[in-house]
Amino acid sequence: MSGLSEILGMGGHGVYVWSCYAITLVVLALNVVQPWLARRRLVNQEARRRRREVM
Amino acid sequence: MKWTFFHKLGSPKWFYDISGRWLPWFAAASVLLLAVGSVWGLFFAPQDYQQGNSFRIIYIHVPAAFVAQSCYIMLAVAGVVSLVWRMKLADVALKCAAPIGAWMTFVALLTGAIWGKPTWGTYWVWDARLTSMLILLFLYFGVIALGQAISNRDTAAKATAVLAIVGTVNIPIIKYSVNWWNTLHQPATFKLTEKPAMPVEMWLPLLLMVLGFYALFTVSLFMRMRLEVLQREHKTRWVREALEKMS
Repeated sequence: MSGLSEILGMGGHGVYVWSCYAITLVVLALNVVQPWLARRRLVNQEARRRRREVM
Repeated sequence: MKWTFFHKLGSPKWFYDISGRWLPWFAAASVLLLAVGSVWGLFFAPQDYQQGNSFRIIYIHVPAAFVAQSCYIMLAVAGVVSLVWRMKLADVALKCAAPIGAWMTFVALLTGAIWGKPTWGTYWVWDARLTSMLILLFLYFGVIALGQAISNRDTAAKATAVLAIVGTVNIPIIKYSVNWWNTLHQPATFKLTEKPAMPVEMWLPLLLMVLGFYALFTVSLFMRMRLEVLQREHKTRWVREALEKMS
């Protein structure tokens, strides 16, 4: 276990390194998830509109 | 005759079809490159002899800064194409790339600040490189805000194109800031004309991360542009049919 905490601790620099990687991961994910959600919203919206037109 | 390719390039339907075919490949490449690059950079690359482990931030800081700057150049190129040839797709690209560029600039600035703490002893200094990157972020904000503030689409396209083109003066300032004002930020690690000043097991993961960031930028750009095309062309038959197939 001490081996793992040594690797993650990075000689006292762990907090800087890991916070950078965590923030970047969130930002990168956001840039893909956001347009994906918006696309789903558009598809659902259009489907509802078509159903209304049929009725 | 020669112009057919150019017209095809500007056709939203052609872009929608071709980008749909390329998207999964770029997505797979970005996941693979970023996964291998970050595991390599975090756990297997050797420590820096001066900075210890904090230098591992380079594997996201440098790629983010690369993409942030190339994205702005892309904005300006799209702006020229949109102004000169009135290509609608160029305006779509400009509008969709701006927020990604802003996010990349944000990541470069933030990781730089966090890296600065253990290395320089401070999160922020008004160093030339840091200041010119902050100006880049504000330029991105300007392009985004201008596009949203003008409701007429053609006017918005022209205004954002002009701002994107004018803002490119900042790009060489960012690049040469470390040479002109030699203050705190270190000079470029990589030059095209020289061998890297790093051992191969340090720069190879960095190369993977740079390629991974560019691949992910392309994925996000294609996704945003495809959505924008669907919204702008929603009255055309091919978009109606495409949307019908999706639901």
